[in-house]
Amino acid sequence: MNKNDLSPAIAGAREITRRHFFKSGGLGLGALALQSLLAREKVLAQDKNPLAPKPPMHPPKAKRIIYLHMAGSPSQLELFEHKPALDQLHMKDCPPSFLEGKRFAFIKGVPKILAGQFKFQRHGQSGQWISELLPHFSKVADKTCIIRTVHTDQFNHAPAQLFVHTGSPRLGNPAFGSWVTYGLGSENENLPGFVVLLSGGKTPDGGKSLWGSGFLPSVYQGVQCRTTGDPVLYLSNPAGLDRSLRRRTLDALAEMNNAEYRRSGDSETLTRIAQYELAYRMQTSVPDVMDISKEPRHILDLYGARPGFVSQAESADDPRILYKGDDPTFANNCLLARRLIENGVRFVQLYDWGWDHHGSSLGESIDQTLPIKCQQTDRAIAGLLTDLEQRGLLDETLVVWGGEFGRTPMMQNNVRTELKKGYIGRDHHTNAYTMWMAGGGVKAGLAYGATDEFGYFPIENPVGIRDLQATIQHLLGLDPYRFSYAWQGLNNRLIGPTDEGQVLKGILA
Amino acid sequence: MKSKRKDRRKFLLKALLVAVAFSAAVASLRTSPQAAAEPVRFGRDVLPILAANCFSCHGPDEKNRKAGLRLDLEEDAKAKRRSGFPIAPGQPEKSLLLARLTSADPDVVMPPPSSHKRVGAAQIEILRRWISEGAKWGRHWSFEPVVRPAIADGQKPIDALVSASLAKKGLALRPSAAPHALARRVWLDLVGLPPAPETADRFAANPSPAAYEKMVDELLQKPQFGEHWARMWLDLARYADTKGYEKDLGRTMWPYRDWVVNALNADMPLDRFTTEQLAGDLLPNPAESQLIATAFHRNTMTNDEGGTDNEEFRVAAVKDRVDTTAQVWMGLTIGCAKCHSHKYDPISHGEYYGFYALFNQTEDADRYDDTPVMELLSPREQEERKFLQTRLQTLNDELTALDEAADKANEAGERKWRVAPVLEAASRDGATLAAQKDGAVAASGKAPPEDTYIVTLALAPGTHTTLRLEALPEKLAGGQLAVGRNGTTSNFVLSELSAELLGPAGARALKLTGARADFGEERSTASHAIDGDEKTGWSVSSRPHERHTALFDFAEPVQLTAETKLRVTLSHQSGDTATLRRFRLATSDAPPATLQPAPVSPEIRRRRDDLAAAYKAQKTFNDSLVRLPLMRELPADKQRETRIQLRGNFLEPGDAVAPGVPAAFHKLPDGAPRNRLGVAQWLVSRDNPLTPRVWANRIWARLFGIGIVETEEDFGAQGAAPSNPELLDWLAAEYRDGGWSLKKLLKTIVMSDAYRQASETPPALREADPRNLIQSRGARFRLNAETVRDQALAVAGLLSAKMGGPPVMPPQPAGLWRSTYNGKAWVDAEGEDRFRRGLYTYLKRTTPYPSMTTFDGGSGEVCQIRRIRTNTPLQALVTLNDPVYLEAAAGLARRMIGEARDPGDRAARGLRLALIRPLRDGETRPLLALQQDAQRAFEAAPEKADALLKAARASVPAEISRPAFAAWIVAANAILNLDEFLTRN
Repeated sequence: MNKNDLSPAIAGAREITRRHFFKSGGLGLGALALQSLLAREKVLAQDKNPLAPKPPMHPPKAKRIIYLHMAGSPSQLELFEHKPALDQLHMKDCPPSFLEGKRFAFIKGVPKILAGQFKFQRHGQSGQWISELLPHFSKVADKTCIIRTVHTDQFNHAPAQLFVHTGSPRLGNPAFGSWVTYGLGSENENLPGFVVLLSGGKTPDGGKSLWGSGFLPSVYQGVQCRTTGDPVLYLSNPAGLDRSLRRRTLDALAEMNNAEYRRSGDSETLTRIAQYELAYRMQTSVPDVMDISKEPRHILDLYGARPGFVSQAESADDPRILYKGDDPTFANNCLLARRLIENGVRFVQLYDWGWDHHGSSLGESIDQTLPIKCQQTDRAIAGLLTDLEQRGLLDETLVVWGGEFGRTPMMQNNVRTELKKGYIGRDHHTNAYTMWMAGGGVKAGLAYGATDEFGYFPIENPVGIRDLQATIQHLLGLDPYRFSYAWQGLNNRLIGPTDEGQVLKGILA
Repeated sequence: MKSKRKDRRKFLLKALLVAVAFSAAVASLRTSPQAAAEPVRFGRDVLPILAANCFSCHGPDEKNRKAGLRLDLEEDAKAKRRSGFPIAPGQPEKSLLLARLTSADPDVVMPPPSSHKRVGAAQIEILRRWISEGAKWGRHWSFEPVVRPAIADGQKPIDALVSASLAKKGLALRPSAAPHALARRVWLDLVGLPPAPETADRFAANPSPAAYEKMVDELLQKPQFGEHWARMWLDLARYADTKGYEKDLGRTMWPYRDWVVNALNADMPLDRFTTEQLAGDLLPNPAESQLIATAFHRNTMTNDEGGTDNEEFRVAAVKDRVDTTAQVWMGLTIGCAKCHSHKYDPISHGEYYGFYALFNQTEDADRYDDTPVMELLSPREQEERKFLQTRLQTLNDELTALDEAADKANEAGERKWRVAPVLEAASRDGATLAAQKDGAVAASGKAPPEDTYIVTLALAPGTHTTLRLEALPEKLAGGQLAVGRNGTTSNFVLSELSAELLGPAGARALKLTGARADFGEERSTASHAIDGDEKTGWSVSSRPHERHTALFDFAEPVQLTAETKLRVTLSHQSGDTATLRRFRLATSDAPPATLQPAPVSPEIRRRRDDLAAAYKAQKTFNDSLVRLPLMRELPADKQRETRIQLRGNFLEPGDAVAPGVPAAFHKLPDGAPRNRLGVAQWLVSRDNPLTPRVWANRIWARLFGIGIVETEEDFGAQGAAPSNPELLDWLAAEYRDGGWSLKKLLKTIVMSDAYRQASETPPALREADPRNLIQSRGARFRLNAETVRDQALAVAGLLSAKMGGPPVMPPQPAGLWRSTYNGKAWVDAEGEDRFRRGLYTYLKRTTPYPSMTTFDGGSGEVCQIRRIRTNTPLQALVTLNDPVYLEAAAGLARRMIGEARDPGDRAARGLRLALIRPLRDGETRPLLALQQDAQRAFEAAPEKADALLKAARASVPAEISRPAFAAWIVAANAILNLDEFLTRN
């Protein structure tokens, strides 16, 4: 069938994009045609495409975000919190004042204090304290804002992860990325606006609800792009049905659907035609952006990425036994994150599993496994910040790193009461832990907040999860107080019904 | 009656207005601007503005109330204050409310700029008009009693009411849809499946009202009716096949799902449907089915994550029950009142917990095994259980007798051993150890996952060559014998055993060697208990119900001249309370080579084998049983005291509260108990205007795509106003007064002309009623997730008619289930279970079936009142590429080949099977052209045809070539993606 047979409506649906319009605008289209194109584009782009870009509520500092979540929660005391006082109390009983009225996931009775297990040094002009486990991060410390006083009220993984990413420890609320794409839309109509990438061999404890759209329309849910198999579910045509035959099918389908539109007059039909065309474009655009083998050697090396690598951990019953320091899955994902945001994806969410270092097994220890996890991620994270900066993207890209809570200054005593190699661990800690941000709108080279000499409580500038959420939204151009969605009788907001969440003025650049 | 007359007058007046408006609208089909003459109504027009903008500081929430002013109460709002009247009826210029709303001074203007709220000019104008019209107060519309509108004789009520609302916009009902379209519509709406084209043909041959009614009656009697309408209810019930949260392990809920299907098919009235689900266990002598119904509120999630506080998640489950109940029956969100008094609707913080108290007395407590549960045994299973129990009892008795006889016979051998008196026995991790008369030590009390026993014995003077450890079985409450303390396996794992001699010079470790036992698992022999590695040990997992003996030789015989203390440490580190239940230590002076674990006679060996096999059979049997979680009330002496939870935090209890319902609503019916049964009676009481309205609206929305109240989930002050209040009330009254019969209500609606209208939308209508809010035409909307799937399978001739039973796993992409700590795997079903209705697809909360999610299906995590329909590219990818739809395309292609000969007829057959209606001229052309192009492509590349046929699991009909059939699959794939096919119109 000749393309000219298509009705204008379908041609419009298929061909018109904002960019295309502006590009062809100079090619001498008649004023009338222009006007009808403009009108149609408006209908399709605004009324019909819920992911069309929307203006922010105020000028944004960051246009997009890469959120690196270390699922399980890394120990701040081995990475960012230098606490020599712990050395003095090492293996002595924990002071009772730390235990009164506190709930822990596993600690029972009186545990012993555990000294930091790795050496610390100051780095960069800013003199950030960083441990020897993060040699690459140490070199980019001046680009980051390290927040030492984050606290939460959830001490189990799934609820704590849900709290960070959906604003509620219970299930059923939209993910951060869903909120952001709902508020701002996506800048690439051939790619999903909210992409999720996983590494570490397992889904985070909170499950797919961490990128679910909750009460927002499901169009805003995160799309998990997988590194093996179809990057997006059902993206590939069935075996034997090649791209030209798919094109041919869609042409026939469009012709029949357009006839239906002429009869029914239902604009949903037009939208459906457009969505089929978008699906067709995604069939090439998604694998294209997901193909990191196109990157030059020096970029791959910068991240420590290895194209085509299939982690064995993906198929293992217990991926912990397969930990290898050179597993590049996370590094590949960091590189993908850059490619995605470069292509206009609004929110890229990485989850890396395997940071829950209780000390209950060799795969869960601070002394044996944490260094491996750092090896898997350190170069990639430093590489990501460097790469974003050299491409001029860091200014308007916000990078966030952290877990769902921190780890106790005490050793976890139900596992073991004495130190044993491979079994050194800490329990979940909610009162103070470290996260960092870098890029769009955040003060670089800043250490924000301070904890007491044991790293137990914040003593200066405590930062709640709601504060983080408010701040990130603010940086993206969304007013955390006004940005809401009416559902079940409330104007629901990511930051919850109360105004306790505050934009952290102290970290804004 | 006076009020009736008044109503009739109102109606006549309306009819007159309608006639005038209609004639005015004939000239052009444009909307006539709403007459400004209609008086402002408090509930509909004023309250929403006040609620949205004022109540958060001047409403029911006493904590955040500013200036002591309440605008939600008439008395307060109209009372004189120092500065004047907030609202002065008839005098807008004297009303401070307006002055503050319109002030230019940022310090004076309301709402304050810091609230980020703004009241628009149009809204202020409504308030001004309302005040000048006398500021007549009222309640929120949905809290007012249901008033059945009077309908003129001879008129069909729904059509009269819809027509009246259309006439206000100068519109009228559209003609009926064509018979084929109507048949497809009512089939999809009532049973979720399309009719066969021939069925629709028969109706079209005689589309009389009587024939239509007959079709409706038949559909309502089909068992597929219950399957289709159960989906709506299961969304509300947050039904799923797993427990949720981190581990999200499987759970048996399907008997409840089948209960719902059966109840709907039996047209169980809503009042009974409500009572049995909320409180079936509290009915006198409840039947099994009434207990199954209570699983409704056991669909709450259970958190099995390590280290979680069970009370925290029990409380979360109870709150979920409270919130879900209010949502489902009353259309109210009361969840906000968990933390503070509701800002918009009249529910205080304390009242929330009073209502919560009614639900707070059930036994369930976020337990791993989901108790209380009900075992659902078939008669055959009941018999088998009895048989297994008797057999175990017999074997136990026989073996005990045999053991005793053997002990007697072995007295000579036993004389080589001396049981050392126990001086002290202590547990490091919390168990209670007690020495018993026979020299054994028994553990009881706390059962820590890991435990280390330290036993001090008095060793007599003389030579000691070997240490003997006997693991002795104990009889449990159920009559079962167990050597270990693990509650499910009865096993123990002795990680390490060590011995020290406590002499005057201090402790001296004794090296042990030559471990041997009567039994040990392959990698857990007795020698693993003395290998210095805590991660290995001696265990008896396959024979945990019989006594076992292990011997450990002292590397050097111990020579004692005086009684000396021996300290034996038994360490259990494998977790799960695999610790010894009862054990005895003895020593011998005989040469180690002569010592062996007590011989077991072949007779005893055989009995032990029989016993082990019987235990295994019982376990297999027990594991195979269906255990359904259900509700059970705590006994009176164990009932919980309910306290307010400050800021919604269960760790911050406030004042105690008495169970009850919020004061703003109707009272609990006389004599209603203060428990769940009372709640059920209260919800369906005649005094409750919300339940019938919410339900009538919900059912309407399923048939028209959008509710009369669009916010089906919110009938409170923040929700949308009804587009046609009289229609809503008529339906509510009809439903309630018609014995709460769903089938009757459905029939009434689908028999209406409003329902039967054609769905084609002329441009003028698109402008006058763009979203079809007032039923200006037949509804046209995309089918729901399950129906999209069921319909494709049905037209492909693949859909299984099998009803009920455990959920099934149709194909989904590999590797989706990667949740932490969950060994469960998705195994693609083969045979019939591959093609069951979507209702039966296994629903894992953290990883729902992906194609259903893509079409807006829920995850069952929380109550889902309605599904917001989306239209996305990911949906296109599902119906184009998901193997389920490819197999359906192959099935449809087979039918096209088998049911017609000529290519044109085959294309026509495929389209008719999918679209049901007769085809229009030229409609097959694009499809036929596609098939021909595809066939040419496949003939040029036959390997591609083979690949597609394989992927589609297609068997090629004899009369056609492989490339040709592959091309028909491509054509069928296109048919299954037609907009008209995916849409109900």
